[in-house]
Amino acid sequence: MAVRTLIEGVREALAEEMERDDRVWVLGEDVGRKGGVFLATEGLHARFGDARVLDTPLAESGIVGVAIGAALNGLIPVAEIQFADFIHPAFDQLVSEAARIRYRSNGEWSCPIVVRAPFGGGVHGGLYHSQSVEAFYAHVPGLKVVIPSTPEDAKGLLKSAIRDPDPVMFFEHKKAYRLIKGEVPDGEYVTPIGPAAVRREGRHLTCVAWGLMVHHCLEAAETAAAEGISAEVIDLRTLQPLDRDTILRSVEKTSRAMVVHEDNLTGGFGAEVAAVIAGEGFAYLDAPVTRVAGPDVPAMPFNHAQEEAFLPNPARIADAMRRLRAY
Amino acid sequence: MGPDRRKRHNRLTMSEEDPGRATTAREPRHAALGLGGEQLRTMFRHLVLARALDRRMWVLNRQGRAPFVISGQGHEAAQVGAAAAMRPGVDWLAPYYRDLAFCIALGMTAGEFMMAVFARAADPASGGRQMPSHFGLRRARILTTSSTVATQVLHAVGVAYASRVRGLDEVAVASLGEGATSKGDWHEAMNFAGVHRLPFVCIVQDNDYAISVPHRLQMGVDSAAERATGYGMAGATVDGGDLMAVYAATKEAVDRARSGGGPSLICAKVARFTSHSSDDDQRRYRPREELEALLRRDPIERFRNYLADEGLLSEEEDEAVQRECAADVEDAVGAAEAAAHPEAGDLLRHVFAGEG
Repeated sequence: MAVRTLIEGVREALAEEMERDDRVWVLGEDVGRKGGVFLATEGLHARFGDARVLDTPLAESGIVGVAIGAALNGLIPVAEIQFADFIHPAFDQLVSEAARIRYRSNGEWSCPIVVRAPFGGGVHGGLYHSQSVEAFYAHVPGLKVVIPSTPEDAKGLLKSAIRDPDPVMFFEHKKAYRLIKGEVPDGEYVTPIGPAAVRREGRHLTCVAWGLMVHHCLEAAETAAAEGISAEVIDLRTLQPLDRDTILRSVEKTSRAMVVHEDNLTGGFGAEVAAVIAGEGFAYLDAPVTRVAGPDVPAMPFNHAQEEAFLPNPARIADAMRRLRAY
Repeated sequence: MGPDRRKRHNRLTMSEEDPGRATTAREPRHAALGLGGEQLRTMFRHLVLARALDRRMWVLNRQGRAPFVISGQGHEAAQVGAAAAMRPGVDWLAPYYRDLAFCIALGMTAGEFMMAVFARAADPASGGRQMPSHFGLRRARILTTSSTVATQVLHAVGVAYASRVRGLDEVAVASLGEGATSKGDWHEAMNFAGVHRLPFVCIVQDNDYAISVPHRLQMGVDSAAERATGYGMAGATVDGGDLMAVYAATKEAVDRARSGGGPSLICAKVARFTSHSSDDDQRRYRPREELEALLRRDPIERFRNYLADEGLLSEEEDEAVQRECAADVEDAVGAAEAAAHPEAGDLLRHVFAGEG
């Protein structure tokens, strides 16, 4: 086992999949010689050449639309959207086209593309380099939504995404890229899309999160443990499909649940998790499901004070754990 | 400024016709283009069949047997002419909803089309899930299409890129109306194709109206093909009522694409005979005189006259084609109406692989 950063996990997955299957095609803005603005694709251009690692024009709908067409003619495109904040022009291609191609053709056509995008804040990215967009896409049947929180999963889940026969949105937390390090298995492995991971076992409450928030929850759980509160932390890993069983099994044990996400509160994916718990685990509950999320402001400010005030952090999460335990 | 632009447009259309007539004086146009009599009669049959299907679906709509129809009457010659320059089952088409004749010419049958009109389970485009005329036929390499406009142009460009990378000599053709050229996806597609000089041909069928919005409110040029230079590709504006003019322009473009010469943009000026769809009434926004003049520009009539003048289609042969196509349509309607509806229980199928 070697220690890797999360972005190294992404890079290794891309390189190994391109090596394994010459249909895999990386495209996006600056992914070629520069290796991407975060260097996720560093080294790929030198190794696989112009045709398979393509610097595209600066046009997000074009990137996704061309990827869809290439997939219809036998390639396996892995498109990078430079920042999740800039993905909105491609919404039509993703929702009206990629997500519906199998369904609307009654199974005649399929659209095996992966769209990778760095998301999330805490890096002084301001309103347009900090956003969490997962809820938009988790709402769309026909798209899978994957968000790894560890280097091992970044690599294993991206490999699964590339081998998946359907479109996969693959969101990578940009603050986690180099902050989060961990062991990555040697040799070939994949991590299946679907199952959540219990990152910490606990008895008193269930804390559900994804992306960087998983690590904040683990830190908060450590603080809470010192006060006698035993929190179970679930890393969803994939929002669509959602692993209801793992969530409900945990809530059955703990009787208390909270969801933590960086996206703003209203209509965030936490609402769906809360609804699943309320709808299918009502009898287990001893307290209302709690949500810890960004505030309902349009986006995350650039200045330090307001950025920090926006983001859920271990202290806020630990507070929520105390209140939930005491309810 | 508007009226001036119209005049220039008319001159442009006329000038496209003149060289053709000059050619006719020396040798038949079709011979100069390498088209034989049998091929021309097949094209004629496709035109007649498409028109017969189209007319019939409007009747079905008015009878309450088809909930929605949208058609391509007036566009047929442009579509059949373009299709004749492609290799069916090898080259690709990303169509739009007026491409009935295009799809017929590439191999879709009358029976398959009527399954979609009646939203039956056997509809090969969507199993009755989509509105009719949302084409898609895998064996003919006709891509599945949505109702949003211009998205499919990017798909054709992606198909062309994949052909290039995979070392295949397939050409991807995208078809759309002039209204769709206003969308960003069209620009992004044309730009991408131009950058990589892809084996791609874009055919704009300009019928002067996007639902009710006229050409002069859609773009500041007479023809979308004037933008070709800006994308680094060849451009041509042709009279879309003249089948052989569209064939010639498309043949040149497809040959160029296949031989590595890069993409092309063709604008075919066509006439929209019907309202936008069965939910529209064009008499509300088009002057009566304009509509009456329009119907005198029937491209099928024009092609039939050419064949008759050249001695390639006798009256008996013409009647036989009409009769056979009418019978095809009747058979298609009968078979579709008798065919099974989709099962409500199949609503959840095909969201993801393995759920089929």
